[in-house]
Amino acid sequence: MAADGGMHAEHGPRFAERAPDALNNPQLRRNFRRAMDGLMAKRAAQFPDPAYWAELRERGAAVKARALAKLPDLLERLESRLTANGVQVHWAETTEEANAIVLGILQQAGARTVIKGKSMVSEEMHLNAHLERHGIEAVESDLGEYIIQLAGETPSHIVMPCIHKNKDEISDLFAEKIPGLERTGDVDELTAAARRVLRERFANADAGISGVNFAVAETGTLVLIENEGNGRLSTTLPPLHIAVTGIEKVVEYLDDIPPLLALLPRSATGQPITTYVNMISGPRKAGEKDGPTAVHLVLLDAGRSRVYQDVELADTLRCIRCAACMNHCPVYTRVGGHTYNAIYPGPIGKILTPQLQGLDAAGDQPHASTLCNACAEVCPVKIPIPDLLVRLRREAVRPTETPATHLPPLYSTVVKDGGAERSWTESLVWAGWRLVYTRPLLYRMVTRALAWGGNWVPADAPLMRDWTKARAKPRFKPRTLHDLARERGYLNEVPK
Amino acid sequence: MSAASNTARANILGRLKAAPGRPGPDLAPWTPPTYTDKLVRFRQMAEANHAEIHDVTAETWPARLATILNNRGVGRLMVAPGTPRGDALLRAAAQGVPLPTLVPYDQPVEVLKDALVHRVDAGLTGTRGAIAETGTLILWPTAEEPRLLSLLPPLHIAVLEEDTLHDTLAAVVRDQGWAAGMPTNALLISGPSKTSDIEQTLAYGVHGPKELIILLIRKGE
Ligand code: SF4
Repeated sequence: MAADGGMHAEHGPRFAERAPDALNNPQLRRNFRRAMDGLMAKRAAQFPDPAYWAELRERGAAVKARALAKLPDLLERLESRLTANGVQVHWAETTEEANAIVLGILQQAGARTVIKGKSMVSEEMHLNAHLERHGIEAVESDLGEYIIQLAGETPSHIVMPCIHKNKDEISDLFAEKIPGLERTGDVDELTAAARRVLRERFANADAGISGVNFAVAETGTLVLIENEGNGRLSTTLPPLHIAVTGIEKVVEYLDDIPPLLALLPRSATGQPITTYVNMISGPRKAGEKDGPTAVHLVLLDAGRSRVYQDVELADTLRCIRCAACMNHCPVYTRVGGHTYNAIYPGPIGKILTPQLQGLDAAGDQPHASTLCNACAEVCPVKIPIPDLLVRLRREAVRPTETPATHLPPLYSTVVKDGGAERSWTESLVWAGWRLVYTRPLLYRMVTRALAWGGNWVPADAPLMRDWTKARAKPRFKPRTLHDLARERGYLNEVPK
Repeated sequence: MSAASNTARANILGRLKAAPGRPGPDLAPWTPPTYTDKLVRFRQMAEANHAEIHDVTAETWPARLATILNNRGVGRLMVAPGTPRGDALLRAAAQGVPLPTLVPYDQPVEVLKDALVHRVDAGLTGTRGAIAETGTLILWPTAEEPRLLSLLPPLHIAVLEEDTLHDTLAAVVRDQGWAAGMPTNALLISGPSKTSDIEQTLAYGVHGPKELIILLIRKGE
């Protein structure tokens, strides 16, 4: 069904199977630890006053929540404003459709080479690979994206895509891939080398492709933020600009932008503002000397409208992709972005990926969390990530049916592939657990039996195996906690 | 829009409209900061962004700029004829102020691309004002003063008048009624182009200018 389309399920080893490799890679762990410590400290320095932080994020969350409450209306307004401004708007239900639209625009313009600004949505589409299959070369121009493109890798972080690599690794890579460049440990030299190569690419590109941070319905304005200037170049120098964005990026008013801009770079990299904030409201007008003569916007659904059906889960769509949640996540910091095997890693990915790809493909992701709440504390738009993780864990075993009142019924379960993680063994264990814990006599008998014979049960006994795979089997003491408490005179009574 | 895109549009909007309604929250109150001395704040933040600020006067800034650029060995400076700043420099050069060679941005980028990409050392623009909170310049490029002038040359010089300082972006968007008419491209610039993609080490000039010089025209001087 078309509505279920979207990202390809990235099947393959699951999180728990991939994690040990990352955990046992000291270089990778040092790279991430160092980077995350730095990012956390820089962010904290940007919000010294807790009262102001609380006020600002309350505003940011409200702006996004209000926009979501009016989402269909705002998308229509955005479309009509952009169209009036001369921007061509396209809609795609799936990433395949979005790829076809982008390819069609490029082919019609006769474009052979494309320069790209950073865009997570284009990663979601696997756009570069798609264009390459059709003979169009797409070069990433964000330095981090360029590095991982050279290395043939995928981003490991949504803001700093090559954060998993250190200087030495990048230096080796450049010496190998950039003709005439000696190996150098000097970051300025490495940066200058990338500038030289990419300048030519910019000058010769037939089209530029970018993402969008915010789309303003009121004015038909696409807001893009960045530090390098590659985003401005991609959207100004080539004769054609194609922007791709998820449908959740729309906000109502231009006045909504300042609070979001006050939150995003501070939360992301600990900067008060990015070097460039680029607000694009149309193609080159008659008489103007630069800027693309054609601008297109591709609005991508890819599962987002389904996320929108559930009022609680729809909070996921408030995300402004700042990455603060991953920077502060104790799990992400230890395993890095690639372990998630998903476009969006870390806490936001753990709630977004299962909803977009389905619980069959990614139902393990919500479990890759300690529910420590660090993500919720730093999220600038107050997404209750741990609550949503728990909700998705539940949806994976006991799915919410789409309400019968919901006509026409779009899907059978609220979350795609709801119930995919259901297992008889687990249900059995929990049924047993409930039985024992609600019958004091039975409880006493079972604990006594375990105290007496529990240590003889082998660690790899059926039912036990799944638990002991990654944990030591507990040792049972001969006397239960209840016995010990009673002996010390604690009374099993509610004090009056 | 193609037929496929039309179908997609109808399906997406259909699904969104079929979803349960939810109340939009009232916007929480938020008071953006104000500064008793905007200039002090601007200076501090702009310098933290790695911009270099020179205090100048409305009359003598071209001569001052000539000194700054000669000290740096800038050979070719691109300017925008038909703008107050560009014309002031062209006049000054004609009157013998020892400015670098002035290259006018007076043709479409298609004609000037090679010069812009490879053969100018600096570009000069005016500004619409600045934001004290973040040390940010506001530029609305125009037909006369194109977008790439502040982006392609390795050194960007921006002329800013002291009395166009605002507290915050929120204040300037609201006070000037930006929503009533946005230009093709509105820009906020805070320092030179930079990256920290390699081991979080800052490096300047990765794609845009390596340096940003702000000529600050003091009021009443
Ligand atoms: S979920 Fe919140 S913290 Fe995480 S990327 Fe999105 S906005 Fe940032």
